Formats: sequence, structure tokens, C-alpha cells
Amino acid sequence: MAILEVRDLIVSVEGNRILNGVSFALEKGRVHALMGPNGSGKSTLAFALAGHPDYTVEGGQILLESEDITRLPAYERARRGLFLGFQYPPEVEGVKLREFLRLAAANCHAPFCEFQKLYLESLTYFRMEELGERELNVGFSGGEKKRSELLQMRVLRPKVALLDEPDSGVDVDALRLIAAGIEEAARLGSAVLLITHYPRILEHLPLSRIFVLDEGKIVKEGGPELAWEIERRGYEAVRG
Amino acid sequence: MKRTKAGLTAELIEEISREKGEPKWMLEQRLRSLEAFRRLPMPRFGPDLSEVDFDEIFYYLRTVEPVTSWDELPEEIKRTFEELGLPEAERKALAGLGAQVDSEVVYRSILEEVRAQGVIFTPMEEAVRDYPELVREHFMRVIPPEDNKFAALHGAVWSGGTFVWVPEGVEVAIPLQAYFRMQTQGVGQFEHTLIVAEPGSSVHYIEGCSAPRYSKVALHSGMVEIVAKEGAHVRFTTIQNWSRNVYNLNNKRAVAYAGATVDWVSGSLGSKVTMLYPSTVLAGKGARTENLSFSFARDGQWLDLGAKAIHLAPDTSSRLISRSVVKGKAKNVFRGKLFVAPEARGAKGHVECSTLLLSPEAETETIPTLDVRNHDVEVGHEATVGRISREQLFYLMSRGLEEAEAMSLIVNGFVSPILKEIPFEYAIELKRLLEMSFTEAIG
Ligand SMILES: Nc1ncnc2c1ncn2[C@@H]1O[C@H](COP(=O)(O)OP(=O)(O)O)[C@@H](O)[C@H]1O
Ligand SMILES: [Mg+2]
Repeated sequence: MAILEVRDLIVSVEGNRILNGVSFALEKGRVHALMGPNGSGKSTLAFALAGHPDYTVEGGQILLESEDITRLPAYERARRGLFLGFQYPPEVEGVKLREFLRLAAANCHAPFCEFQKLYLESLTYFRMEELGERELNVGFSGGEKKRSELLQMRVLRPKVALLDEPDSGVDVDALRLIAAGIEEAARLGSAVLLITHYPRILEHLPLSRIFVLDEGKIVKEGGPELAWEIERRGYEAVRG
Repeated sequence: MKRTKAGLTAELIEEISREKGEPKWMLEQRLRSLEAFRRLPMPRFGPDLSEVDFDEIFYYLRTVEPVTSWDELPEEIKRTFEELGLPEAERKALAGLGAQVDSEVVYRSILEEVRAQGVIFTPMEEAVRDYPELVREHFMRVIPPEDNKFAALHGAVWSGGTFVWVPEGVEVAIPLQAYFRMQTQGVGQFEHTLIVAEPGSSVHYIEGCSAPRYSKVALHSGMVEIVAKEGAHVRFTTIQNWSRNVYNLNNKRAVAYAGATVDWVSGSLGSKVTMLYPSTVLAGKGARTENLSFSFARDGQWLDLGAKAIHLAPDTSSRLISRSVVKGKAKNVFRGKLFVAPEARGAKGHVECSTLLLSPEAETETIPTLDVRNHDVEVGHEATVGRISREQLFYLMSRGLEEAEAMSLIVNGFVSPILKEIPFEYAIELKRLLEMSFTEAIG
């Protein structure tokens, strides 16, 4: 059964229509990939699902565990178990990563003692021990920011994780950690929507479906082989 | 209830002085101040003060008779003080507490062991009567009435406040606190605080204040004078939460002699208009001062703040640090001023102001003035202005934080370097005030 269902989603930003009726469903414990050329609307879709107020839903529905969350504010969606890993996580000066995540976890009903343990363990998991007392993303390298997103996901244990290019611009070691984090999340039951340009990260993941987005529509769906086909032949050819 | 007529006249001054049973020198000082007040111009910088009508203010108002226990206070005042947590703070964390309502101190206590150390902590009027030499030597010598219009006004009509004297070598381990309440519509409050720390002594003094909100303009013009003798350490903390009809125009200045340290910590949250520039005159070799200011200006407020360090002796040092948050159509100004005299070789001074703007209409200005008259110095100045971006706010909200929660997390983070310097209980209180002001501002 689908845990997240998106029906005919139409989204505009500043009066420009970016998504023109997007439909798909995510399953519990599985990884789904969202691919597509630059500017095709992948991040727009992720922001709209997470409830960014600048992304206006003009039509369609978002259902989380059969509940319509289309009009809920972002924090309500998060509290119901939706997580967005940002493509470009902002730096927030003065706010400690730990303090922030503790609050977030409390809002998402994680008990405090569990948080402490999970936080420290997750720092180790993603080799981020030195960043544990730092300010939120402040001065983090590109790769560190991506790991910080994965760390937050690991601590918050979402039902649905939307990960916007967690594998872009990271070195091989970080890539391995990030892939492991995604695999673990799926194993523990999260439904993952992984936005990526690279078939490599998909190889070791419990991949169920690949969606290809172009010009605000899903133009193709397929199994793992589709990722390699895109890699070899490009989006033009695949779209056919 | 004892109340003088509104308006400012020599007869009124004489009446206040008679009411207090003052010695002649104090009456003369008041009349000299009135002269200066009439002569001096209004401040030529900063916020618009045209709403302050000196003829409309009640300069002296004895609302409540002094008591020796909280229970004897009128029910309404007692409840207010209880809500403010004063009796509890007194029991748990203070060496002494004074509480003033309108013009007079109504309650005062001091821990027996602190009294036994020889520390004087007493309402200003009693000090004028009981310690005439000590008071006369220092009273309005740090800030003479001729310094500026509001110093002069204060000198003419001052009432209430506290005198603190710490004997040589005595360290007062826990803070002394004063609380000021403007209770009555149209009242002016002009309390005078004088702290004299003898050589090698140390003391931490905290003042807090509040008022119910009235439609009529109220004026608060207090004065704080601090004398820190050789090697003494005085820390003065103010948490200001006046209601939004109050013009809060203060004078605060300290003199630090050789090896002495004076720290000012100021939290400015309330009032309609505030003008506050705590200053330290570094008069002796190796004297130091630290001035930490944080402020939160919201709709309609103009908080005109600053800090001054006047380096007159060698090897003196100063750090003037400010963190301001501005929300809605409000204005925050920080005037950081360093003066380094030719004799002050080896002086070090640092001015740093950061502002966080929470709305597009929020205004901020930082006005550093560095007047350095010798070459053997290290002085520096930094100013930054930041905004909370929509992206940051959405980021936090996408993790389950409501807008108010997200805002106050960012704001708390921003002011935390200064909150750290405030005693724990007060820092908690401040955080609570900040959070409250977010829910009220947003909700
Ligand atoms: N905040 C915004 N304001 C205006 N246009 C936007 C905004 N966000 C995205 N767009 C536009 O929407 C389109 C899709 O962008 P995006 O969703 O970021 O694509 P992708 O993530 O697939 O690269 C692009 O043409 C982009 O310029
Ligand atoms: Mg993108």
C-alpha cells in the first residue's frame, strides 16, 4: 500500500506554472528515484510536497497515509512524518545543530533520552563527530551539509523522506555513507524519494521505481535499468 | 497617597525636598539642577521626544507607604510583585532586594551576613540622611547636572533609588537587586542609584523594571553612578521591560580607578523610546570595562542605545558589544564610542555591533565614533546586519518547528553570547520574555 500518494499535482511559483499534473505513489520501506534534466521541476516538487509557502498548489492532492495534507503548513507535515533533505541546506547562524534537532525531534514526538543516544550515534554513523556542537550548517563544506541532512533524517525517523540530490558534489567516502544511510532508512520502514542524477547510488538500494520528470510532468517510469539508459543515452532519447 | 501637582517649578522642588526632610545641600543641588534644566537644550540627536510634555508629568508620587514584609503591601502591588517572582528571587538568589513603586522605595531587605560584612544597601533618601559625607562626596559627581538636559531634570526631581557601599576587600557573593515599578498613570520616575565599591571589593547589582500600559505618555529618567575604586569589580545588569507608553531616558556612568573593572549588561525590551548609553571613564592604569547590550525593538519602538569607554590612563581596556533584534516597523540605533586620551598608552578598545532584522520595515543604524589621540593603541570596530531569510525559516519549519518557534530559536541563538553573561535565572526569564513577545507578535 502506498504511504504517500500524489495526484495530479499542479504547482506554480510566482505565477509561473512549474508542475503540470504530477502523479505517483511511494511505498513503505522502498526507495524511489526521481530523475530529470536541470530545471525540470524536481526541487519544486520536493518543496511543494514539504509545504513551502512560495510554492502554490493550484490543483491536485497530496495524501500521507490516506490523509489529505495538501493544505497543511510545513511543520504539520513534518510532525506527521514527512522529511525533506534539501539540495542546498541554508546556514543558520547562532543555532546549534544539536539544539535545533532536539527541538525538531521533540516536535516529532521523539523522547529526549532517545534523542541524546540517537544523536551521538548518528554523528558517528556519518563521521560527523567534529560537527556535533557546531552551528547549523554554518561553514560546513558541501559534503558536510549533505551528511548533516542525512543525519537529521536518521534522528527524526520519518515515514517519508524526500532527498533532493544528496549525492551531488560529495566525495566517494561520503557517497558511501550517504547510500548506507538511505538503505538503513528504507530498511527501518521509511518510504524514500531520492532525487538524483547518478545511477551508481541506486545500485545498492532497494529500488522499486524510477520516475523521470520533464517540463513539469512525469514522462517515463521504469525499473533500475532506466537509470543506466539515461546515463548512456541522455534524457532526450529516453523520453522518446 | 502623597502627590504633587503636575509640572515643574521651584516650589515643587522645594516641596519634594521638604517632604523628604533633606539637608540644605541637597535642596541647593536640586535648584542648581533646575537652573541647568531650563538652560540646556533637548538632545540634538536620536528619537523624537516632542510627545514628552514636562508640564504634564507628575514628578512626585508616593503611592504606597513603605513596609517591612511583602504581606503588608496593598493587594494589587503584592500580586504584581509575586507575578514578577520577586519574593521568590529574594529567598533563593539575592543578597538584598529593593522594590520601588512610583517615586518611593516601598520594600527593602538585605541578607544578615551581607549586612554583617559592612555592606550598605539602602534607599537613597535614607542614605542622604544616614551617611551624609559618603553620599555628598559622590552624589552627581560622576554625572553632574550640567552634563545634559535629562541629567539636569533628574538632579532636580530625583526620588527613590538605592545607595550601595561595599567596604574595602569585601566580596558580595550573590547579587543585589532593585525593582522599579511605575504604577500610576502620568507619573514620572527618577530613581537615583549610587554604587561605591571601595578598593578590592566586588558587587553585582541587578535592576529590573516594568509598568502597566496606559495611553498617556510616562517618563522614566533614572541615573546610575558607579565609583569602582582601585581593583574593585562592579557589574551592573539591567533588564528593561517598560510598557510601550514609556519614554526611558537614562544616564548611567561609572568611574573605574586603577585595576578596577566595571561591567554593564543591558537588556532592552520594552518602552516606546529608550535613550541609554552606559559609559565608563577608565581613570586609572589597567582599568577595564565590558559593555554588553542586547535589545529587541518591535512595532513602534525606537531604541537608541549605545556604550562609551573613555580611556584616560595607560593600559586600560574596553569591549563594547551589542546584539540587536528588530521586528516590524521599529528602529534600533547603537552608538559605540571610544575616546582614547594622549596619556592612555597601551589602551585596547573593541566595538562590535550585530543586528538581526526580522522584517523588511525594520530599521537599524550603527554609529561608531573612534576618537584616538595616541598611536600606542589597539582599537577595532565591527558591524554586521543580518536578516532571517525565508529559506532559513522554511528550513526550520520543514523540521516541525512552528514559525514563532523557528524565529525565537534563531533570535535566541543570535543573542546567546550576551545571555550567557546574565545570571541563570534572569537569562531564563529573558528567554521567556523573548518567546512571549514572538507569540504575541505573530499570533
Ligand atoms: N523560487 C522560484 N522562483 C522562480 N522560479 C523558480 C523558483 N524555483 C524554481 N523555479 C523555476 O522552476 C523551474 C524548475 O526548477 P527546479 O524545481 O529547481 O528544477 P530542478 O530541481 O529539476 O533542477 C526552473 O525553471 C526554475 O527556474
Ligand atoms: Mg533541484
